[in-house]
Amino acid sequence: MDFDLTADQKLFRATTREFLEKEMPLTRVRELAGSGIGFEADWWKRGSELGWNSMIIDPAAGGDSISGEGLVDACIVAEGMGRLVSPGPLLGTNLVAAALSEAANAADHAEVISALMAGEAVASWAVYEPQRGWSPLTPAVQATRDGSGYVLSGVKDRVDCGDQADYFLVPAAGPDGLAQFIVPAAAPGVTVTTGQSLDLVRRYALVDMDDVQLPAGSLVSPAGAAEAAVNRQIQIAVALQCAETAGAVQRVFEFTVQWAFDRYSFGRPLASYQALKHRFADMKLWLEACQATAGAAAHATARRAEDADELASVAKSYVGQRATDIIQDCVQMHGGIGVTWEHDIHLYLRRATVNRAMFGSPSEHRRRLADILGI
Amino acid sequence: MTEHATAVGTDREDVESFRLRARAWLAENMPRLIPGENDNLEALMQRGDGIWPRARELQRLLYDGGFAGICFPREYGGLGLTRAHQQAFNEECAGYEMPLALNTPTFSICGATVLDMASEEQKREHLPAVIRGDEIMVQFLSEPRGGSDLAGVTTRATRDGDVFILNGSKIWSSGAYAADWALCLTRTDWEAPKHRGMTMFLLKVHQPGIEIKRIKQINGNNEFCQEFFDDVVVPASNVVGEVNGGWAVASRQLFHERNAVGGGSPYVSGGMGPPRRGPGTHALIDVVRATGRSEDVYVRELVAEAHAISRIQQQLIARVTEGMRTEQLPPPAAAIMRLFAGQASTRIAEIGVEILGSHAVAGSVDDGLGLEYGRSFLMRQAGSLGGGSTEMARNIISERVLGMPREFAADRDVPFSQVRQGR
Repeated sequence: MDFDLTADQKLFRATTREFLEKEMPLTRVRELAGSGIGFEADWWKRGSELGWNSMIIDPAAGGDSISGEGLVDACIVAEGMGRLVSPGPLLGTNLVAAALSEAANAADHAEVISALMAGEAVASWAVYEPQRGWSPLTPAVQATRDGSGYVLSGVKDRVDCGDQADYFLVPAAGPDGLAQFIVPAAAPGVTVTTGQSLDLVRRYALVDMDDVQLPAGSLVSPAGAAEAAVNRQIQIAVALQCAETAGAVQRVFEFTVQWAFDRYSFGRPLASYQALKHRFADMKLWLEACQATAGAAAHATARRAEDADELASVAKSYVGQRATDIIQDCVQMHGGIGVTWEHDIHLYLRRATVNRAMFGSPSEHRRRLADILGI
Repeated sequence: MTEHATAVGTDREDVESFRLRARAWLAENMPRLIPGENDNLEALMQRGDGIWPRARELQRLLYDGGFAGICFPREYGGLGLTRAHQQAFNEECAGYEMPLALNTPTFSICGATVLDMASEEQKREHLPAVIRGDEIMVQFLSEPRGGSDLAGVTTRATRDGDVFILNGSKIWSSGAYAADWALCLTRTDWEAPKHRGMTMFLLKVHQPGIEIKRIKQINGNNEFCQEFFDDVVVPASNVVGEVNGGWAVASRQLFHERNAVGGGSPYVSGGMGPPRRGPGTHALIDVVRATGRSEDVYVRELVAEAHAISRIQQQLIARVTEGMRTEQLPPPAAAIMRLFAGQASTRIAEIGVEILGSHAVAGSVDDGLGLEYGRSFLMRQAGSLGGGSTEMARNIISERVLGMPREFAADRDVPFSQVRQGR
């Protein structure tokens, strides 16, 4: 995380870490993995009472940040969750609540926003579609007019927390171009099927929408405004995701350095071998660079800087790749124990690998960056 | 990242007002850059020896305008302002011809070390002259016998009353032929263990007994020098720090060197950022267009990767600098910036030749389009050698940032006269 956190942010970080360590240690994460649910609603509600879902919500809609840069505050939570590979709908709930609070018709969504902030409801950005890569601006899901409302048809997949979400934010091709809708999971015509995931507790689902009828107020980002809204959501998703990944890598690096001190071969600690020391130095460098670029993306997004799109793709293209490089190297440093189910390192490798690929892979973000640079 | 807090309660000019004043002054007084001719360090170096008198002239212009030595204290001829002021100035002077050749080592390594380690008298004698552009400084550290094992120097300094007599040789000192003063590390006690028998001198470069030979590099530039000392006389008053206490000075100098090479020095002025070899993103985009490859997805990804590396380098410098300032990272963490610079220049050189393909290696006389990238590639490893090798940076990070055990050294605690020497 940043070296320049305020005293309030440090307190918030400590409170969040303490809660997670007590309520969601890795032993509990492993239990959940075998239980068939991603996270417990009651746990999520209690975490939400610490303010996890109110940081990036527009203040007019009830949001409240610690530092004035709400996304940086939210990244403190994401980082803490990365350190413990926590479950939960942090990214989707924050992203969707922020989008609702920034909509022209935010007042229509006041109840949903309150429920999301309180942790009583959960939301997810349903942005991927079957057999397609990262193309959030060109959805195949169709939205057509129906009286004063709309009808949505099509399929989204790889939807984060899809089987536990109460609301989906859905980019769709509308009559006038790209638009986004808020869709209740309980709406008639919505069918959710749990899918598979490399992560043990982060579950993804397929969301089939078969002529789902929506009222006029469900249009969150109308044509004309939707592209800017989606781009902002990409910034938020990438910032939260990179903060989480950075937290995960930081933790793995810490326990792997400790392992190098504690483990002896040929009468010497692993940490005394130059061949390994140099690899640790490279990892330390990449880790600091991951922290630096993840932090810069969060600040730029929070401040709505002109180069926020650019910095999001810079961060994701680097963090996505380097995080898994570092963790795989740490597996190597552990030797055989590193590829066992028993050792916790695979929980981190799973999370970093999922994060690397979701919301745009490093390669997809380099292509996006090339577009932004106007090559 | 912010140093505003230190300005509270002083009469220091705020950053924005300083920026606007600099903008107006630059427009009025500094010559504009001519693209391809003097707009990058590499091109400047190709122009030969003329860069040095030109750098002195430009520095004098800055000094007379009140924009020299921004982060150096006022009592030594600087402005006593913050890193944020320097950053603002660097942003403003894009597009102007600046005395970039003086940044490293004169300001960022030698000047910074004199400021931290020299006597009051030495500081008053040298720093104002450096800031005026009257004194160019150089490092006499590496020797033909080795560079990474700096504490094994064998240049001999023997006391003779009020003076020391120097004999030996130094090497890899860029621009020494044009310099006025050097920070020269010597051995004064051969019976002490190696770290406890060295002395640092401020040495006049052009004087009887010093012969300078220039060395041609792969890219044709001959800035590298070797110096031979034959009974060179140095007043004892030129000792920096203590006699036999030279390692403390050298260590500080190495810190400033890593900081400078990594791009984190506050004494670098002129907006070039970290000393990256070869052209930046915009130049790369231009050649991609000129060679008709802008629709190639692989090429687009490579350009984006090069651009991301440059942005991340700046972000990393800001982070590590803030970490060191707030003591959340120890000073040896400057080696993290240095290692990134080495890896970045390696990858960017690689991307250059990958994108340019055969344009990087041959072309017609008129459109030597990509040869600059080819030459950068030939010099690629310089970015991982100069300013301390990346292997040394990795040792420092693992041992002094992560606290891992030191490498075995056969010469530890052994009188230097008994240490085995190779060729």
